[in-house]
Amino acid sequence: MPALTNNHSRYGLVAISLHWLMALAIIGMYPLGLYIETLDYYDSAYRTVPHWHKSIGILLLCLLVVRWLWKIASPQPTILAPSALQRRAIKLVHASMYLLMLVAMLSGYFISTADGRGIEVFNWFEVPALPALIEHQEDVAGEIHYWATTLLISLAALHMFAAFKHHFINRDKTLVRMLEIRRVNNEH
Amino acid sequence: MSIKSLLAATLMTGVVAAPTLQAADYVIDTKGAHASINFSVNHLGYSWLKGRFNQFEGVFSYDEANPSASKVSVTIDTRSVDSNHAERDKHIRNDDFLDVDEYPTARFESTSFSLNDDGTGQLQGNFTLRGITKPITIDVTKIGEGKDPWGGYRAGFSGTAEFKMKDFGIPKYLGPASETVYLNLNVEGVRQ
Repeated sequence: MPALTNNHSRYGLVAISLHWLMALAIIGMYPLGLYIETLDYYDSAYRTVPHWHKSIGILLLCLLVVRWLWKIASPQPTILAPSALQRRAIKLVHASMYLLMLVAMLSGYFISTADGRGIEVFNWFEVPALPALIEHQEDVAGEIHYWATTLLISLAALHMFAAFKHHFINRDKTLVRMLEIRRVNNEH
Repeated sequence: MSIKSLLAATLMTGVVAAPTLQAADYVIDTKGAHASINFSVNHLGYSWLKGRFNQFEGVFSYDEANPSASKVSVTIDTRSVDSNHAERDKHIRNDDFLDVDEYPTARFESTSFSLNDDGTGQLQGNFTLRGITKPITIDVTKIGEGKDPWGGYRAGFSGTAEFKMKDFGIPKYLGPASETVYLNLNVEGVRQ
Protein backbone atom coordinates (compact mmCIF):
# COMPACT_ATOMS: atom_id res chain seq x y z
CA MET A 1 0.00 0.00 0.00
CA PRO A 2 1.37 3.44 -0.88
CA ALA A 3 2.25 5.77 2.00
CA LEU A 4 -0.20 8.66 2.05
CA THR A 5 1.57 10.94 4.51
CA ASN A 6 4.94 12.67 4.46
CA ASN A 7 7.77 11.89 6.82
CA HIS A 8 10.91 13.96 7.49
CA SER A 9 12.76 12.71 4.43
CA ARG A 10 10.06 11.79 1.89
CA TYR A 11 6.74 12.96 0.47
CA GLY A 12 3.59 10.85 0.69
CA LEU A 13 1.11 10.14 -2.10
CA VAL A 14 -1.23 13.00 -1.10
CA ALA A 15 1.46 15.71 -1.30
CA ILE A 16 2.87 14.25 -4.54
CA SER A 17 -0.57 14.07 -6.20
CA LEU A 18 -1.51 17.60 -5.14
CA HIS A 19 1.84 18.92 -6.37
CA TRP A 20 1.65 17.40 -9.85
CA LEU A 21 -2.07 17.88 -10.38
CA MET A 22 -1.77 21.58 -9.58
CA ALA A 23 1.49 21.91 -11.53
CA LEU A 24 -0.07 20.49 -14.72
CA ALA A 25 -3.26 22.53 -14.33
CA ILE A 26 -1.38 25.79 -13.67
CA ILE A 27 1.05 25.25 -16.54
CA GLY A 28 -1.96 24.67 -18.79
CA MET A 29 -3.96 27.59 -17.41
CA TYR A 30 -1.37 30.25 -18.27
CA PRO A 31 -1.36 29.77 -22.07
CA LEU A 32 -5.12 29.15 -21.91
CA GLY A 33 -5.57 32.58 -20.31
CA LEU A 34 -3.42 34.23 -22.97
CA TYR A 35 -5.39 32.37 -25.67
CA ILE A 36 -8.68 33.74 -24.27
CA GLU A 37 -7.37 37.28 -24.80
CA THR A 38 -6.90 36.57 -28.52
CA LEU A 39 -10.32 34.98 -29.14
CA ASP A 40 -12.62 36.84 -31.50
CA TYR A 41 -16.20 37.45 -30.37
CA TYR A 42 -17.56 35.22 -33.16
CA ASP A 43 -15.11 32.40 -32.45
CA SER A 44 -16.99 29.24 -31.45
CA ALA A 45 -14.62 28.88 -28.48
CA TYR A 46 -15.39 32.40 -27.20
CA ARG A 47 -17.78 31.12 -24.55
CA THR A 48 -16.46 27.62 -23.79
CA VAL A 49 -12.77 28.32 -23.21
CA PRO A 50 -13.31 31.07 -20.58
CA HIS A 51 -15.88 28.78 -18.93
CA TRP A 52 -13.25 26.02 -18.64
CA HIS A 53 -10.59 28.47 -17.46
CA LYS A 54 -12.85 29.79 -14.68
CA SER A 55 -14.04 26.31 -13.69
CA ILE A 56 -10.48 24.93 -13.46
CA GLY A 57 -9.45 28.06 -11.55
CA ILE A 58 -12.10 27.52 -8.87
CA LEU A 59 -11.17 23.83 -8.56
CA LEU A 60 -7.51 24.87 -8.22
CA LEU A 61 -8.49 27.21 -5.40
CA CYS A 62 -10.18 24.28 -3.61
CA LEU A 63 -7.06 22.16 -4.14
CA LEU A 64 -4.87 24.97 -2.83
CA VAL A 65 -6.84 25.04 0.42
CA VAL A 66 -6.57 21.25 0.79
CA ARG A 67 -2.85 21.44 0.01
CA TRP A 68 -2.28 24.13 2.60
CA LEU A 69 -4.16 22.20 5.28
CA TRP A 70 -2.19 19.08 4.36
CA LYS A 71 1.07 21.04 4.55
CA ILE A 72 0.21 22.33 8.02
CA ALA A 73 -0.99 18.96 9.27
CA SER A 74 1.81 16.73 8.01
CA PRO A 75 5.58 16.71 8.57
CA GLN A 76 7.72 18.41 5.91
CA PRO A 77 10.72 16.63 4.39
CA THR A 78 13.95 18.51 5.09
CA ILE A 79 15.14 20.80 2.32
CA LEU A 80 18.24 19.33 0.71
CA ALA A 81 20.58 22.30 0.54
CA PRO A 82 23.94 22.68 2.22
CA SER A 83 23.81 26.30 3.40
CA ALA A 84 21.28 28.05 5.63
CA LEU A 85 21.12 30.89 3.09
CA GLN A 86 20.12 28.49 0.30
CA ARG A 87 17.48 26.91 2.51
CA ARG A 88 16.09 30.34 3.30
CA ALA A 89 16.04 31.28 -0.40
CA ILE A 90 14.25 28.02 -1.27
CA LYS A 91 11.67 28.59 1.45
CA LEU A 92 11.12 32.13 0.17
CA VAL A 93 10.51 30.90 -3.40
CA HIS A 94 8.12 28.20 -2.18
CA ALA A 95 6.22 30.66 0.02
CA SER A 96 6.06 33.15 -2.88
CA MET A 97 4.60 30.49 -5.16
CA TYR A 98 1.92 29.64 -2.61
CA LEU A 99 1.09 33.31 -2.17
CA LEU A 100 1.02 33.96 -5.93
CA MET A 101 -1.27 30.97 -6.47
CA LEU A 102 -3.70 32.44 -3.97
CA VAL A 103 -3.46 35.94 -5.47
CA ALA A 104 -3.85 34.60 -9.02
CA MET A 105 -6.91 32.52 -8.18
CA LEU A 106 -8.62 35.17 -6.07
CA SER A 107 -7.96 37.94 -8.60
CA GLY A 108 -9.47 35.73 -11.31
CA TYR A 109 -12.52 35.22 -9.15
CA PHE A 110 -12.80 38.99 -8.57
CA ILE A 111 -12.78 39.72 -12.34
CA SER A 112 -15.72 37.44 -13.08
CA THR A 113 -17.76 38.30 -10.01
CA ALA A 114 -17.32 42.11 -10.13
CA ASP A 115 -20.90 42.53 -11.38
CA GLY A 116 -22.46 40.21 -8.81
CA ARG A 117 -22.64 37.18 -11.10
CA GLY A 118 -21.32 33.94 -9.66
CA ILE A 119 -19.00 31.48 -11.39
CA GLU A 120 -20.46 28.27 -12.82
CA VAL A 121 -17.99 25.44 -12.34
CA PHE A 122 -18.49 23.03 -15.28
CA ASN A 123 -22.29 23.36 -14.87
CA TRP A 124 -21.71 21.34 -11.74
CA PHE A 125 -22.04 23.94 -8.99
CA GLU A 126 -22.00 27.72 -8.81
CA VAL A 127 -19.71 29.80 -6.62
CA PRO A 128 -21.63 32.93 -5.59
CA ALA A 129 -20.21 36.43 -5.98
CA LEU A 130 -19.17 38.65 -3.12
CA PRO A 131 -20.33 42.28 -3.30
CA ALA A 132 -17.86 44.34 -5.35
CA LEU A 133 -15.06 45.69 -3.16
CA ILE A 134 -13.75 48.55 -5.31
CA GLU A 135 -14.76 50.62 -8.31
CA HIS A 136 -13.82 49.13 -11.70
CA GLN A 137 -12.93 45.94 -9.85
CA GLU A 138 -12.80 43.90 -13.07
CA ASP A 139 -10.01 46.13 -14.45
CA VAL A 140 -7.92 46.21 -11.28
CA ALA A 141 -8.36 42.47 -10.66
CA GLY A 142 -7.49 41.85 -14.33
CA GLU A 143 -4.15 43.66 -13.99
CA ILE A 144 -3.35 41.79 -10.77
CA HIS A 145 -4.37 38.48 -12.38
CA TYR A 146 -2.01 39.04 -15.31
CA TRP A 147 1.01 40.00 -13.21
CA ALA A 148 0.47 37.38 -10.47
CA THR A 149 0.11 34.56 -13.01
CA THR A 150 3.09 35.76 -15.04
CA LEU A 151 5.24 35.94 -11.92
CA LEU A 152 3.96 32.54 -10.80
CA ILE A 153 4.77 30.85 -14.10
CA SER A 154 8.25 32.46 -14.02
CA LEU A 155 8.88 31.15 -10.50
CA ALA A 156 7.59 27.73 -11.63
CA ALA A 157 10.23 27.76 -14.39
CA LEU A 158 12.90 28.68 -11.82
CA HIS A 159 11.55 25.91 -9.56
CA MET A 160 11.87 23.42 -12.44
CA PHE A 161 15.44 24.44 -13.25
CA ALA A 162 16.31 24.22 -9.56
CA ALA A 163 14.89 20.68 -9.42
CA PHE A 164 17.04 19.68 -12.41
CA LYS A 165 20.07 21.33 -10.81
CA HIS A 166 19.50 19.29 -7.63
CA HIS A 167 19.10 16.13 -9.69
CA PHE A 168 21.93 16.44 -12.19
CA ILE A 169 24.47 18.66 -10.42
CA ASN A 170 23.96 18.14 -6.70
CA ARG A 171 22.82 14.56 -7.38
CA ASP A 172 20.43 14.59 -4.41
CA LYS A 173 16.91 13.17 -4.06
CA THR A 174 14.99 16.47 -4.37
CA LEU A 175 13.39 15.60 -7.71
CA VAL A 176 13.10 11.87 -7.17
CA ARG A 177 11.26 12.19 -3.89
CA MET A 178 8.55 14.24 -5.61
CA LEU A 179 8.09 11.40 -8.15
CA GLU A 180 8.65 8.19 -6.23
CA ILE A 181 5.65 6.76 -4.40
CA ARG A 182 7.00 4.84 -1.46
CA ARG A 183 5.31 1.87 0.23
CA VAL A 184 4.12 1.90 3.81
CA ASN A 185 6.12 -1.25 4.67
CA ASN A 186 9.22 0.27 3.12
CA GLU A 187 9.67 3.23 5.48
CA HIS A 188 13.01 5.09 5.28
CA MET B 1 -23.74 112.75 -19.34
CA SER B 2 -26.81 113.89 -21.26
CA ILE B 3 -30.05 112.04 -21.23
CA LYS B 4 -29.55 111.27 -24.91
CA SER B 5 -26.16 109.64 -24.44
CA LEU B 6 -27.38 107.79 -21.35
CA LEU B 7 -30.26 106.42 -23.38
CA ALA B 8 -27.88 105.44 -26.20
CA ALA B 9 -25.56 103.71 -23.73
CA THR B 10 -28.47 101.84 -22.18
CA LEU B 11 -29.71 100.75 -25.58
CA MET B 12 -26.26 99.64 -26.68
CA THR B 13 -25.72 97.72 -23.49
CA GLY B 14 -29.12 96.19 -24.03
CA VAL B 15 -28.27 95.20 -27.58
CA VAL B 16 -24.90 93.78 -26.64
CA ALA B 17 -26.12 92.02 -23.53
CA ALA B 18 -29.42 90.80 -24.93
CA PRO B 19 -28.39 87.29 -26.03
CA THR B 20 -26.54 86.54 -22.80
CA LEU B 21 -29.28 88.01 -20.66
CA GLN B 22 -32.01 86.07 -22.37
CA ALA B 23 -30.29 82.74 -22.82
CA ALA B 24 -30.20 81.12 -19.41
CA ASP B 25 -27.31 78.90 -18.42
CA TYR B 26 -28.08 75.47 -17.09
CA VAL B 27 -25.91 72.85 -15.41
CA ILE B 28 -26.88 69.30 -16.30
CA ASP B 29 -28.14 67.61 -13.14
CA THR B 30 -25.71 64.71 -12.98
CA LYS B 31 -25.49 65.15 -9.20
CA GLY B 32 -29.13 64.18 -8.82
CA ALA B 33 -28.86 61.74 -11.75
CA HIS B 34 -31.63 63.41 -13.73
CA ALA B 35 -29.63 62.89 -16.85
CA SER B 36 -28.31 59.82 -18.63
CA ILE B 37 -26.21 58.87 -21.62
CA ASN B 38 -27.40 55.51 -22.86
CA PHE B 39 -26.33 53.48 -25.86
CA SER B 40 -27.67 50.53 -27.78
CA VAL B 41 -25.76 48.15 -30.02
CA ASN B 42 -27.42 45.33 -31.86
CA HIS B 43 -26.35 41.87 -30.69
CA LEU B 44 -25.93 39.39 -33.55
CA GLY B 45 -28.95 40.93 -35.27
CA TYR B 46 -31.24 39.35 -32.68
CA SER B 47 -31.55 41.84 -29.83
CA TRP B 48 -30.38 45.14 -28.37
CA LEU B 49 -27.53 45.43 -25.94
CA LYS B 50 -27.99 48.47 -23.70
CA GLY B 51 -25.38 50.33 -21.73
CA ARG B 52 -24.65 53.75 -20.35
CA PHE B 53 -21.93 56.09 -19.14
CA ASN B 54 -22.29 56.65 -15.42
CA GLN B 55 -19.95 59.66 -15.13
CA PHE B 56 -20.31 62.79 -17.21
CA GLU B 57 -20.89 66.48 -16.73
CA GLY B 58 -22.14 69.30 -18.85
CA VAL B 59 -23.74 72.66 -19.25
CA PHE B 60 -26.15 74.16 -21.74
CA SER B 61 -27.69 77.50 -22.44
CA TYR B 62 -31.23 77.68 -23.69
CA ASP B 63 -33.80 80.36 -24.23
CA GLU B 64 -37.29 79.60 -25.41
CA ALA B 65 -37.46 82.96 -27.19
CA ASN B 66 -34.25 82.36 -29.11
CA PRO B 67 -33.67 78.61 -29.38
CA SER B 68 -31.14 78.83 -32.19
CA ALA B 69 -28.68 80.44 -29.75
CA SER B 70 -28.69 77.27 -27.63
CA LYS B 71 -25.34 75.78 -26.73
CA VAL B 72 -24.44 72.45 -25.19
CA SER B 73 -21.17 71.12 -23.86
CA VAL B 74 -20.81 67.65 -22.31
CA THR B 75 -17.74 65.75 -21.14
CA ILE B 76 -17.97 61.97 -20.61
CA ASP B 77 -15.67 59.80 -18.49
CA THR B 78 -15.23 56.84 -20.85
CA ARG B 79 -14.03 54.58 -18.02
CA SER B 80 -17.51 54.77 -16.50
CA VAL B 81 -19.04 52.66 -19.28
CA ASP B 82 -21.52 50.22 -17.78
CA SER B 83 -23.34 47.48 -19.67
CA ASN B 84 -24.19 45.52 -16.52
CA HIS B 85 -21.57 42.85 -17.24
CA ALA B 86 -18.10 43.19 -15.72
CA GLU B 87 -16.18 41.21 -18.32
CA ARG B 88 -17.87 42.99 -21.21
CA ASP B 89 -17.22 46.40 -19.60
CA LYS B 90 -13.57 45.41 -19.16
CA HIS B 91 -13.45 44.55 -22.87
CA ILE B 92 -15.19 47.78 -23.93
CA ARG B 93 -12.59 49.74 -21.91
CA ASN B 94 -9.59 48.06 -23.51
CA ASP B 95 -8.01 49.00 -26.83
CA ASP B 96 -10.39 46.85 -28.90
CA PHE B 97 -13.03 49.50 -28.23
CA LEU B 98 -12.69 52.72 -26.21
CA ASP B 99 -9.06 52.43 -25.02
CA VAL B 100 -9.90 54.43 -21.90
CA ASP B 101 -6.31 54.56 -20.64
CA GLU B 102 -5.33 56.45 -23.76
CA TYR B 103 -8.63 58.35 -24.24
CA PRO B 104 -10.22 58.88 -20.82
CA THR B 105 -12.78 61.45 -22.00
CA ALA B 106 -15.28 61.87 -24.81
CA ARG B 107 -16.75 65.28 -25.54
CA PHE B 108 -19.65 66.90 -27.31
CA GLU B 109 -19.61 70.60 -28.22
CA SER B 110 -22.62 71.96 -30.08
CA THR B 111 -22.15 74.21 -33.08
CA SER B 112 -25.74 75.05 -34.00
CA PHE B 113 -29.34 74.30 -33.17
CA SER B 114 -32.37 74.46 -35.38
CA LEU B 115 -35.92 74.10 -34.18
CA ASN B 116 -38.64 72.44 -36.27
CA ASP B 117 -42.27 73.57 -36.32
CA ASP B 118 -43.38 70.59 -34.24
CA GLY B 119 -41.08 71.51 -31.35
CA THR B 120 -38.39 68.99 -32.13
CA GLY B 121 -34.99 70.18 -33.22
CA GLN B 122 -31.58 69.27 -34.57
CA LEU B 123 -28.51 69.92 -32.48
CA GLN B 124 -25.37 69.92 -34.57
CA GLY B 125 -22.03 69.57 -32.89
CA ASN B 126 -18.61 68.03 -32.75
CA PHE B 127 -18.29 64.72 -30.99
CA THR B 128 -14.85 63.59 -29.84
CA LEU B 129 -14.39 59.91 -29.11
CA ARG B 130 -11.15 57.94 -28.99
CA GLY B 131 -9.30 61.13 -29.97
CA ILE B 132 -11.27 61.56 -33.20
CA THR B 133 -13.56 64.56 -33.64
CA LYS B 134 -16.43 64.40 -36.11
CA PRO B 135 -19.69 66.30 -36.55
CA ILE B 136 -22.83 64.52 -35.43
CA THR B 137 -26.47 65.52 -35.28
CA ILE B 138 -28.63 64.92 -32.23
CA ASP B 139 -32.37 64.88 -32.78
CA VAL B 140 -33.76 66.73 -29.79
CA THR B 141 -37.19 66.77 -28.22
CA LYS B 142 -37.98 69.23 -25.48
CA ILE B 143 -39.72 67.55 -22.57
CA GLY B 144 -40.52 70.59 -20.45
CA GLU B 145 -39.29 73.45 -18.30
CA GLY B 146 -40.42 75.33 -15.23
CA LYS B 147 -39.98 75.77 -11.52
CA ASP B 148 -38.98 72.79 -9.42
CA PRO B 149 -40.37 72.19 -5.89
CA TRP B 150 -37.11 73.28 -4.22
CA GLY B 151 -36.85 76.87 -5.40
CA GLY B 152 -34.97 76.23 -8.63
CA TYR B 153 -35.79 76.28 -12.32
CA ARG B 154 -35.23 73.36 -14.64
CA ALA B 155 -35.43 72.50 -18.33
CA GLY B 156 -35.22 69.02 -19.79
CA PHE B 157 -34.67 67.44 -23.19
CA SER B 158 -34.22 64.04 -24.70
CA GLY B 159 -32.21 63.24 -27.77
CA THR B 160 -31.13 60.51 -30.11
CA ALA B 161 -28.05 60.20 -32.28
CA GLU B 162 -26.11 57.47 -33.99
CA PHE B 163 -22.63 56.88 -35.29
CA LYS B 164 -20.62 54.03 -36.73
CA MET B 165 -17.89 52.65 -34.47
CA LYS B 166 -15.33 52.64 -37.27
CA ASP B 167 -15.87 56.38 -37.87
CA PHE B 168 -14.26 56.99 -34.48
CA GLY B 169 -11.41 54.54 -35.01
CA ILE B 170 -12.81 51.69 -32.90
CA PRO B 171 -10.77 48.79 -34.27
CA LYS B 172 -13.05 45.90 -33.27
CA TYR B 173 -15.54 45.12 -36.03
CA LEU B 174 -18.59 43.31 -34.68
CA GLY B 175 -20.20 42.74 -38.05
CA PRO B 176 -22.79 44.61 -40.12
CA ALA B 177 -25.62 44.23 -37.59
CA SER B 178 -23.55 45.73 -34.78
CA GLU B 179 -21.47 48.46 -36.40
CA THR B 180 -23.72 51.36 -35.34
CA VAL B 181 -24.03 52.79 -31.86
CA TYR B 182 -27.41 54.37 -31.12
CA LEU B 183 -27.35 56.99 -28.41
CA ASN B 184 -30.31 57.84 -26.25
CA LEU B 185 -29.77 60.98 -24.20
CA ASN B 186 -31.75 62.44 -21.35
CA VAL B 187 -30.79 65.81 -20.00
CA GLU B 188 -32.26 67.88 -17.20
CA GLY B 189 -30.56 71.19 -16.48
CA VAL B 190 -30.77 73.33 -13.38
CA ARG B 191 -30.77 77.05 -14.23
CA GLN B 192 -27.91 78.92 -12.62
